[in-house]
Amino acid sequence: MTTLQAVFEKARAEDRAALVGYLPAGFPTKDGAIAAATAMVEAGCDVIEIGLPYSDPLMDGPTIQDAVHRSLANGTRIADVLRTVEGVARTGAATLVMTYWNPVDRYGAERFARDLASAGGVGTITPDLTPEEAGPWIESSKEAGIDTVFLVAPSSTDERIARVADCCTGFVYAASLMGVTGARESVSAAAEGLVKRTRSHTSLPVCVGLGVGSGAQAAEVAAYADGVIVGSAFIRRILDAPDEAAGLAAVREFGRELAEGVRR
Amino acid sequence: MTATEDTLRTSASLAEGLTPADSAAGGARGDDPDARGKFGVFGGRFVPEALIPALDEVAAEYEKARNDPAFISEFDHLLRTYAGRPTTLTEVPRFAEHAGGARIVLKREDLTHTGAHKINNVLGQALLTKRLGKTRVVAETGAGQHGVATATAAALMGLECVIYMGAVDCERQALNVARMKLLGATVVPVANGSQTLKDAINEAFRDWVTNVDRTHYLFGTVAGPHPFPEIVRDFARIIGVEARRQIQELTGRLPDAVAAAVGGGSNAIGIFHAFVEDEGVQLHGYEAGGRGADTDEHALTLTTGSIGVLHGSRTYVLQDDEGQTIESHSISAGLDYPGVGPEHAWLKDSGRATYHGVTDDEAMEAFALLARTEGIIPALESSHALAGALRLGRELGPEATILVNLSGRGDKDMGTAMKYFNL
Repeated sequence: MTTLQAVFEKARAEDRAALVGYLPAGFPTKDGAIAAATAMVEAGCDVIEIGLPYSDPLMDGPTIQDAVHRSLANGTRIADVLRTVEGVARTGAATLVMTYWNPVDRYGAERFARDLASAGGVGTITPDLTPEEAGPWIESSKEAGIDTVFLVAPSSTDERIARVADCCTGFVYAASLMGVTGARESVSAAAEGLVKRTRSHTSLPVCVGLGVGSGAQAAEVAAYADGVIVGSAFIRRILDAPDEAAGLAAVREFGRELAEGVRR
Repeated sequence: MTATEDTLRTSASLAEGLTPADSAAGGARGDDPDARGKFGVFGGRFVPEALIPALDEVAAEYEKARNDPAFISEFDHLLRTYAGRPTTLTEVPRFAEHAGGARIVLKREDLTHTGAHKINNVLGQALLTKRLGKTRVVAETGAGQHGVATATAAALMGLECVIYMGAVDCERQALNVARMKLLGATVVPVANGSQTLKDAINEAFRDWVTNVDRTHYLFGTVAGPHPFPEIVRDFARIIGVEARRQIQELTGRLPDAVAAAVGGGSNAIGIFHAFVEDEGVQLHGYEAGGRGADTDEHALTLTTGSIGVLHGSRTYVLQDDEGQTIESHSISAGLDYPGVGPEHAWLKDSGRATYHGVTDDEAMEAFALLARTEGIIPALESSHALAGALRLGRELGPEATILVNLSGRGDKDMGTAMKYFNL
């Protein structure tokens, strides 16, 4: 099992940013997700976020909504998410789960933290859990020995950033723009300022997500952030491929482009 | 002189301003949410961090507004001269014959401008939008009533308006879609998920987070993240404040029970709130039982759901064993929602209010009965409360007085009625 700390130490030693890839469990199929995430790791992703598919993905754009919808239609359950984590962690990548709060709440916070740790997961990203409500989750995660990653946004005040960063272990997730997930033509100018502001409140690594869709954009973000997070652009390649093999090839090729980007 | 006008001159806060001076509930604000927006364990904020500053901004501005006499007086002026307040009470003896002879009195929110209680909340929030310095509003709508009300207020105040509406709802409420367009709003059909209210809310939140600089999310019910449950309740509570005074004028005493339909819960909170402190007054909420509690096609959130998080709030939710939202069903689009406002969850758990189910068929029967016996065509949403009142009357006996919130009129539902009754 690779820890987030080890990932960022290694990246720093190589004078580059870490590459973080996102994919929902159960997409395009239950096994297909493990294969695609494995391809992402082989192409150079240091960290994989496995999305726990949820019926009401409030902060996701059309691409991830589409993937999540297909995953749920495939009958994906939390046991499948944990199996996916297990499969991906086996590749040696640090594996996190990104999840809206309600499924964890329903499953039981303590039980989820424990089961995720047993599956080889190293932590969670919880986009709709704010510090005000996060107490019990942070406690359960600490007990299970997994990291808790929360988000800051361009609209966050310095006071909010300090409060969120204080709840984070592993890294801080900086949402590059005001909006939902999905690749954009250019990376928001707000991202660099947010990373700077976040750094003044924490010594944790700061990773940037939302809107990154090319090697050039990854290079741009890597110049000021500790990690570059890419989700929708990977999913787009799977959605657009005529079959699963072509999808895997496209994911691999795109992963290499990003891996090269974070090393520029 | 209206109830609000009565007390405005001496009032320092909107809450008091909307509460008659002689009311036992006057100034009773012990049921406001706490600093984290919680009603007991319910409510709070479960939203992306990006929205926290916007929610803080709305909460802070609302706090200022409710203490600003100029805001209160502008709101009061609009309620009187634009919305048509106070709305009257109508006693319905021919309808009540079917309820064992109990006295049934309707609070006529169907007589407000735009034909439903939703106008109260939108006028308040549209004023708030202007105070926030924002020029654009987005809103979700189920039956289309909140969308129409929002488009109306936006037209009145010169705000750009975008309404998200489930594609299925757009179809069953085509007339309201046309009304919104005529009022200058852009209507965006939401084709993902169940294509109903819950998905329209998701989409409105996505728009808000993207355009928050110039946009206010004019939330339509007492659900969602703090401070929406509190704000919408405060703007809707005029219904109960008026009704409480009016029914005492009419009958010489408080009613034995108050009945209201519950989807998200705004009309119900609106009429319940002024009576919460009146221990002798029973509060009954009626949820959409759809095709029945024993089927999986209903919207019985409080009566069969479990505690979870939906749309930014901890409350009762229709969800499966892994926290996935279960799609609701109701013949009435306005009640077709798998969540409910956190204050209702709190009223349920504290035992102060009781919640029941009314099936599609029972609601349609009450819908037709009120039309035939009293010449009033109610909204399908309100018909659930009417069906509840029929049941309640038989339970409480002929001495009882039941106050029903007739939250809206049924013109928008004629398509459904034509199909159901083969008209």
